[in-house]
Amino acid sequence: MNFELILANGLHGALGATAIAFILAAIGLNIHFGYTGLLNFGQVGFMLVGAYGAAVSVEFGLSLWLGILVGIACAVVLALILGIPALRLRADYLAISTIAAGEALRLFYRSDAAEPVTGGVFGLTGVGRDFYDLNPIPRGSYDFGVIEMTSREVWTRSVGWGLVLLAVILVYFLIHSPWGRVLRSIREDEDAARSLGKNVYAYKLQSLVLGGVIGSIGGILWVVHRQSVTPDGFDPVVTFFLYTMLVLGGAGRVLGPVIGGLLFWFILRSFETFLDEAMRAGYIPAAIMEPADIGAARYVIVGIGLLLLMVYRPQGILGKRKEMVLDVR
Amino acid sequence: MLAFLALFILAPGTALAATGDPAEPGVADTSQVTESAPAERVDVVARGGPADVELLAAGGEREASILAQEPDDPVDDPPAGTEDEIDEPAPPVGAPFQERLAQTLLTGLQYGGIIAICAVGLSLVFGTTRLINFAHGELVTFGMVVAFFFNAAVIGPGLHIIPATVLAVIVGALLGAGLDRGLWRPLRMRGVGRINMFIISIGLALLIRHLILIVYGSRPGNYTDYQVQPVINWWWFSATPRGLWVLGLSVIVLLAVALMLERTRVGTAIRAVADNRDLAASSGINVNYVIMVVWMLAGGLTAFGGVMFGLTQVVAWDMGFRLLLLMFAAIILGGLGKPYGAMVGGFAVGVVAHVSTLWFPAELQNMWAMLVLIVVLIVRPQGVLGRKERVG
Amino acid sequence: MSDDTTAYTPLADVAAEPGVAKPDPLLKVDDVTRAFGGLMAVDVSHLEVQRGAITALIGPNGAGKSTLFNVLTGFDRPGSGRWWFDGKKMAHMPAYRVARHGLVRTFQLTKALSRLTVLENLQLAATGQRGEAITAAVFRPLWSRQERAIRHRADELLERFRLDHLRDEFAGTLSGGQRKLLELARALMVQPTMVMLDEPMAGVNPALTQSLLEHIVKLRDEEGLTVCFVEHDMDAVMGISDWVVCLAEGQVIAEGPPQSIGTNPAVIDAYLGKQHGTPPAEELTS
Repeated sequence: MNFELILANGLHGALGATAIAFILAAIGLNIHFGYTGLLNFGQVGFMLVGAYGAAVSVEFGLSLWLGILVGIACAVVLALILGIPALRLRADYLAISTIAAGEALRLFYRSDAAEPVTGGVFGLTGVGRDFYDLNPIPRGSYDFGVIEMTSREVWTRSVGWGLVLLAVILVYFLIHSPWGRVLRSIREDEDAARSLGKNVYAYKLQSLVLGGVIGSIGGILWVVHRQSVTPDGFDPVVTFFLYTMLVLGGAGRVLGPVIGGLLFWFILRSFETFLDEAMRAGYIPAAIMEPADIGAARYVIVGIGLLLLMVYRPQGILGKRKEMVLDVR
Repeated sequence: MLAFLALFILAPGTALAATGDPAEPGVADTSQVTESAPAERVDVVARGGPADVELLAAGGEREASILAQEPDDPVDDPPAGTEDEIDEPAPPVGAPFQERLAQTLLTGLQYGGIIAICAVGLSLVFGTTRLINFAHGELVTFGMVVAFFFNAAVIGPGLHIIPATVLAVIVGALLGAGLDRGLWRPLRMRGVGRINMFIISIGLALLIRHLILIVYGSRPGNYTDYQVQPVINWWWFSATPRGLWVLGLSVIVLLAVALMLERTRVGTAIRAVADNRDLAASSGINVNYVIMVVWMLAGGLTAFGGVMFGLTQVVAWDMGFRLLLLMFAAIILGGLGKPYGAMVGGFAVGVVAHVSTLWFPAELQNMWAMLVLIVVLIVRPQGVLGRKERVG
Repeated sequence: MSDDTTAYTPLADVAAEPGVAKPDPLLKVDDVTRAFGGLMAVDVSHLEVQRGAITALIGPNGAGKSTLFNVLTGFDRPGSGRWWFDGKKMAHMPAYRVARHGLVRTFQLTKALSRLTVLENLQLAATGQRGEAITAAVFRPLWSRQERAIRHRADELLERFRLDHLRDEFAGTLSGGQRKLLELARALMVQPTMVMLDEPMAGVNPALTQSLLEHIVKLRDEEGLTVCFVEHDMDAVMGISDWVVCLAEGQVIAEGPPQSIGTNPAVIDAYLGKQHGTPPAEELTS
């Protein structure tokens, strides 16, 4: 069993572009759910519209940079649309309507009807050339101790983590301001906030837009990194992963999504590699599991993980038990 | 903002206009099935394996090997493009509108019956425990797959589908009871909040769904009986005997459930608990027992619905999840916590989905159901049959 | 207790009749109705609340007091009716705007913002905060001075209500009585013209009740605040109110100075009659 490989893959997973994209989306979700109490289960929808906004723009000849703006603009529109149910519906009903919205969007983007624009089931490719053209790092392999990265990886990850840092700083300053205080009061009790003169609807919309835009940036990063996008990558499972990451790190803490994300992807990737290694070494009989099942096993442990977390440590790593006890929702 | 909304609504319209006539219903949308067919699991984590060859060709680098492991990579999850196939006969191409409408109404009712049976359980669980059970779809798949084991599996006893169904219903009921006793009841005792329960049910759904994937595999299968059947044509309608039986059985089962709720002691107790738990408890009703019965009922009903779903479409590991969103649409349309509403809502959602194919491509039928769900939640959150309860 | 009311004279010459006009009404209500299904929960043809007075709203359970509160403060929609606060039309105004106009309410079941500290609860309540706009929030210098002033005011209020030792505790850890005080203090941070308190004494121990009552009287005397409160505790009602309005089945059946209400036959009937609950003797003299 190659433990070094397990560790290395875990690290690659934790630091890689997918993790970064998901962490950005989780930061956005943290604003919605962790700070405002909006049970937005359509966060994957923001990633979708962001990614496609950029991809479609590039497809139609615009530069990637313009495409990024288009992606963000799409996220703003989606936030405003999702605002309509968000303003009126209580938590679990909002969850259902946002899942439905995310799925409706995905089905639409996937359809033959939308194919001329979105590429339908096949999606779009060739996005992101502009980004890689900017890569200042000379070609080659770079050694970081246990892991090695190519110049592209170094570039993408540097930019990506830079974005995460920016997002975290932004969230920190916003949350520790009177605006953030109003958000948190909405999370605790909307009517109390209203009785003190706060325009709750406006704040919810602002929260949706901010979290949605950050989420869409995650989607854009993801499509730029992969250079292609297909609708099936954006199904509701993604949002569940985001929630798991968020709950793991601690919802309502600035670094919660980051810590949760790092840990989540590290565990996921190293677990996959572990299973793979174990199978090669013959520790797992084929009757129980085959290599084809590794993908599914991943989801199984995410499911179990989420279950155990919610039952035994719903406040996550950074959260305080004291506060969790006070959560009366 | 109105302008944006208008754009959003017009865009699908114009896109549809651009593609001309929507696909004829019933023509299997092969594009979904061929694209990313369930791939042989590529040995992706090992360096120097076949994955690298594929990737170098694409101009990617080693990092791409990690990419292939994305949970969102189509290679991982074979898309159930099958869900968009309508197994029942389509009206003949070029048939006049009324005929096509009648046929889609019939297939919609067939589909809706299945949704209704599964949704009733969801509604009863919500009514009595206020839990929106996200794992309900997986109960459907579970029932479907258990019946498959008894009926068509190579390692199974190879029973006829009817006893297999009976066994699946029993096992489903047992699973429901087990979940209640083992998970939900202890959580209720601890006073876990609604939102947390909801998220827990999501974890449970992920867990069950992928366990089924591991055990059952990714390839869709079929039961051994009633597969190839002649189509019966009568006036404007065509159906297979299987389709008619499914519709008939759905209605009978739903009537039986209604009778149980109205006439039996247990049924009345269920309605009492759904209406006002504390009052029911103080009237001497054993609330925990009632809730367990509800879970058994839910488990059994969804197993039955699952078998019928598998009969009319295919038996696949993710069929339940597709149905879940439709079930949500059904219970919201009919009014949360109202079992009769769920029944009506189920039929309505099925009809909406199928009738939409008269104008729109078949692959979008679920999208319409989603839109109905959203609109109803916004405009009339208590549902069509519901009483005004605070959802906001 | 009874001497407090004689100190307040403006209502001395007002007749004790339902719907009577007041010399200087801050709140005027006309033909407000609210029905639930077939039941008319509120049906007030005319009601005026005197500026600077403490008005008590009493009535048996289900009389519509909380519903009236909800409607007047924008938390519920009336079937019909108009009302004016400080001369401004209030009908169809959303709850947050009603509060911004200076009409602040508290809730029967206290809404302490549990995961905010006591201090944050108060800081939240201040109006006109520049830092609450998202564009300004990112730039701390734009609002830090105002924030300091708000904090200062909050600290003063906390001291006044003897909650200062709980300043940095989560509001969710407070006892029931402390939460009531917190809600009152929070309402005052808004610097309202009128507060509507929904059962401020409910679930509060007798010692704290006394303290609360004293606070309320001080609010009227020292700040000229208009107070309207719903209460079942008749001692409290008789003790501090300048005027009492009695609601039954959604309608105002009696109004007047506290002494007149106790003997008012309509009021006795309302509490007697078809009401479930404590017999009238206990209600009125407990």
